[in-house]
Amino acid sequence: MTTTPELRQAVGTAHTRVEGRDKVTGAARYAADHPFTELAHGWLVLSTVGRGRIRAVDTGPVLAMPGVLTVLHHGNAPRIRGDFVTMLGVPPEPTSVLFQHDRVPHAGWPVALVVAETPEQAREAAEALVVHYDEEPPDLDFRADRGDARPVDGHLPAVAEKGDLEAELAASAVVVDAEYTTPEEHHHPMEPHAAAARWEDGRLEVLDSNQGSTWVVSVLAQMFSLDPGAVRVRSEHVGGGFGSKGVRAHQVAAAMAATVLRRPVRVVMTRRQMFSLAGHRSPTVQRVRLGADAEGRLRALEHRCLNPTSTVQDFVEPGAAPARVMYDAAAHHTANLVVALNRPTPTWMRAPGEAPGSFALESALDELAEQCGLDPIELRARNEPTHGPVSGLPFSGRNLLACFREGARRFGWAERDPRPGRRRDGRWLLGTGTAAASFPAGAGPSTAAVTAEADGTFTVRIGAADIGTGARTAITLVAADALRTTPERVRVRIGDSDFGPAMIAGGSTGTRSWAWAVRAAAAELRERLVPGATIPPQGITARSDTTEAVGALAAAERHSFGAQFAEVAVDTATGEVRVRRMLGIFAAGRIVNPLTARSQFLGGMVWGISMALHEEAVRDPSSGVPVGADLAGYHVATHADVPLLEADWIDDPDPDDPVGIKGIGEVGIVGAAAAVANAVWHATGVRHRDLPIRPDRVLRAAAEARHA
Amino acid sequence: MAAPTFSAITLHVNGEKHTLTVDHRTTLLDALRERLDLTGTKKGCDQGQCGACTVLVDGRRTVSCLQLAVAAEDREITTVEGIADGERLHPVQQAFLDLDGFQCGYCTPGQICSAVAVLREHAAGWPSAATADVRPEAGPPPLTDEEIRERMSGNLCRCGAYVSIVQAVARAAASGQQAEEAAA
Amino acid sequence: MREFAYQRARDVAGAVALLGADPHAAFLGGGTNLVDLMKTGVERPARLVDIRELPLDTVESTPEGGLRIGATVTNGDLAAHPEVRRRYPALAQAVLAGASGQLRNMATVGGNLLQRTRCGYFTDVTQPCNKRLPGSGCPALTGEHRNHAVLGASEHCVAVHPSDMAVALTAFDAVVHYETADGRGELPLADLYLPVGDTPHRETALPAGALITGVTLPPAPVAAHSRYRKVRERASYAFALGSVAAALDVRDGVVHDVRLALGAVASRPWRARAAERRLAGAPAGADTFAAAADAELAAARPLPHNGYKVTLMRNLLVAVLTELAEEAAR
Repeated sequence: MTTTPELRQAVGTAHTRVEGRDKVTGAARYAADHPFTELAHGWLVLSTVGRGRIRAVDTGPVLAMPGVLTVLHHGNAPRIRGDFVTMLGVPPEPTSVLFQHDRVPHAGWPVALVVAETPEQAREAAEALVVHYDEEPPDLDFRADRGDARPVDGHLPAVAEKGDLEAELAASAVVVDAEYTTPEEHHHPMEPHAAAARWEDGRLEVLDSNQGSTWVVSVLAQMFSLDPGAVRVRSEHVGGGFGSKGVRAHQVAAAMAATVLRRPVRVVMTRRQMFSLAGHRSPTVQRVRLGADAEGRLRALEHRCLNPTSTVQDFVEPGAAPARVMYDAAAHHTANLVVALNRPTPTWMRAPGEAPGSFALESALDELAEQCGLDPIELRARNEPTHGPVSGLPFSGRNLLACFREGARRFGWAERDPRPGRRRDGRWLLGTGTAAASFPAGAGPSTAAVTAEADGTFTVRIGAADIGTGARTAITLVAADALRTTPERVRVRIGDSDFGPAMIAGGSTGTRSWAWAVRAAAAELRERLVPGATIPPQGITARSDTTEAVGALAAAERHSFGAQFAEVAVDTATGEVRVRRMLGIFAAGRIVNPLTARSQFLGGMVWGISMALHEEAVRDPSSGVPVGADLAGYHVATHADVPLLEADWIDDPDPDDPVGIKGIGEVGIVGAAAAVANAVWHATGVRHRDLPIRPDRVLRAAAEARHA
Repeated sequence: MAAPTFSAITLHVNGEKHTLTVDHRTTLLDALRERLDLTGTKKGCDQGQCGACTVLVDGRRTVSCLQLAVAAEDREITTVEGIADGERLHPVQQAFLDLDGFQCGYCTPGQICSAVAVLREHAAGWPSAATADVRPEAGPPPLTDEEIRERMSGNLCRCGAYVSIVQAVARAAASGQQAEEAAA
Repeated sequence: MREFAYQRARDVAGAVALLGADPHAAFLGGGTNLVDLMKTGVERPARLVDIRELPLDTVESTPEGGLRIGATVTNGDLAAHPEVRRRYPALAQAVLAGASGQLRNMATVGGNLLQRTRCGYFTDVTQPCNKRLPGSGCPALTGEHRNHAVLGASEHCVAVHPSDMAVALTAFDAVVHYETADGRGELPLADLYLPVGDTPHRETALPAGALITGVTLPPAPVAAHSRYRKVRERASYAFALGSVAAALDVRDGVVHDVRLALGAVASRPWRARAAERRLAGAPAGADTFAAAADAELAAARPLPHNGYKVTLMRNLLVAVLTELAEEAAR
């Protein structure tokens, strides 16, 4: 093995994406980009009614159409299993357990798959398929005072309570009691969900777009009652995921059709179908009550978050979770509740819980600061806990105030006039706002293999997924350091279930989990390499499994933190809101690749702008059908909405991680919407407690302010 | 007798001629991807609402998902695979790579084709919605960040790489200007 | 999308003849609206007659000092044309405010005028819609209608026309030229769109089989002092919540000439005649502008969730007129 004495450490040094050239030249192939001979095309058919039963599927006329190969539905589809728990501790997504019964629990429920020779034929046939339903009236009534709301434990306990809330509120000098709402939001990765399945040498091979091939392979194997070794899932390039790309109807449909037809089948969701099949962030109604003494020290904190789930699976959006980490109070009550409606099942979406929860909590903190006559940063400083407010555990690094100090300095916070509605630039009122961010730092067990090749290079194999996070490049840098070589001599292969079990790209845990396993395998390999010895043609491979090491992590409050700052301009005559600048300072562990990490943080902040001002899926109140279900109806921020944003970080290595990583994928969105909303208040003097802050809402608020 | 619903056509893509028979329903996007194996052009929404499928047709950027292949016959089509000069990346591609103007990479081919066209449109003096005074007497608008953002707004990036994309387009514009000045 | 035949027309007469030969045929221009609607199943033509190669792609000055714009001129070329930008800046601004650079390079002037509403019920064939399926009902009335009409709607349809370009053209008294097998004809743009009434599926007064060949803008010196302002839910690449095309000529503090049209408030671009009448000859100032806006919006009949549009349009009208008046005073 060659070692270079003057070798520069790769981790911490900016490195362009190792697959970057492939991405800018169009050479990178995503799930639907692989040609197959004899490829057939599947098109899903979704229910047009909001609730009921399928009475009949008129397959006859459609089967007679040109090119149509089969129509699969509950009456003829192969039986598959859905009664198990996946590696993420939840049952399979209900819409992925395709065609097993005649019940329609919500609009957009998959009822059939039409397979044809060409996509054009499949589409026309799918549109022509007549399905008869016995309709029932759907229950779509989401409101805060539903009597059937109930607490549900998700990954966290639903309810955490200490102290006498009412007594502490009564004893408080200042009380904030406000309701906040967030709408239904969708991930909408630019690459739609797509999968191509085929049987090859007795194995089911799936080319897919997902956040973890280990996860997908294990679910498909269980569903189709196959040995896990009889299924292979690959996803070399993934066009975004944000929580939506697990096992969904498309992979199951492709696998089912490939099994029935014994030829390769590709199924791609349409953008419209993604509104029903790809998962979404549930809307929330949140109530926050804060009680503080005259100096702004919290005595009471209550955060209740209610979200609708489907009638077929509980999914809780734990918006009350951030309060358990951020602020302590003598009385501290948090609860996450759900109500079951005839809607699609929600799922994790970038910073689940923290994104909507921080909007409510960090807005409420801003309201408290206003009422106390305190600077919002000073208020947070006065309520900085020493231990986990609910857990009592120590923090494994909590550099929140350092983020605020650095952010305030760079943003020019000290010059801010705290009074609202004071600054104007032509037709625009200007304001600034701030909010805190946090997201749990975790790791999951992974395996990795590192091979020393005969030509002096190294190959890393790990079942990781790079959904745009830069994980492939980060792993390269970590491996290079662990192998004491340069990144150019390391080739990282990911996105293949044959590489062994690995953590998913989710929960901001991917890169940390994979880096841990790669570092361990690389260390093992270095021990086995004898200096000067020849490496055999097949190379020398070392493997790792971090299950034990990850499981041995001591209990602690482990989180990334951040401080968000925003300046907005509001035209109260037209209701337009524009973000003029934004700064995020983060304490998020060791930054492996500053170039791509910056992109990750900025991307999260763009999501925050989008959440604050634009995103909202609308359903028809009587049918539950999504209205305007396309990217012209569902607005995500575009170039013109995003000014020069800045993201930076402070030194914050995690003491218990071999590389010092915490995780950066989600903390960038947390608090960002609250910072924007708080800035809108500062600009106009009006609180916006409902997202998104649309022109009609700004206009109504302006009218109400005039009449007040 | 029913009229035919397919046609034999010739597509001119990246300087090459391709003769194929297409279903009239086939979009240029699907023809490129499914028939010519030019999968660099991406399908993001299939409705002209995201820009991922942007290609140049007769030098102008268009969304290939709303362009029927049969109607694209005899037009010069440039896809992301035809933007580079052999192994040498186009300045826009190089700037995207160097400045990390992408994350997942799925919108990237569309962003790059769009950016190449934006530089041409700007060089031709076209105004945009960000141009304060559109009258020709006001002269061509300087290519500020605000102008780039407005002109690139037909290309959504869900990863939120907008800041770096704008910097990349600005850098490519500056390098193009330098090259022009050097040639002059 | 169902199968269809495709033909390219080489001249106008040929195009009209091809269309006339098939009752289920449609003209294909840029395709930005039609192809999308074919994919969603809203439009199901059996034959497309491609008119992009017709010699209708020029913008020319008329002897009277106006402009004649060919039907296949793309939005992109129209907005870049020096004479459009010089004589009718609000038209260039309106076009540039619409869609994206890519779509503007494809979309044509003729197609823009005939584009269909973006109402979410109209574009979803699984839902009732009186415009798409007469008699099936209008779920927007009790459902999602935040971006629906406040002027000129009926209990049968509350959809809005999505065009930006057409708003400016309406303000400037554009005349639409068309050709049928029986010969040529023309219509003021203001008369192109039929009232909604109980026939929302009947959208234009064009005779059957007519091909729009162009649009003429009469000379209008006032249009040189014009502006288009559009409010939407993101800063670009989104349809309007409300828009205003305005031209104002103030002499000695008095409104000498004015043109006003509103977008995204009705089933058609809305010429604000009542406001224009209130302004003509009146002193240019905030009070007059507000009174003019109120005069126009007195007819507004908002639904439960789109009442903000009345406020928005009032404020937009006042703001744009004020800006134009201030510029004239400089």
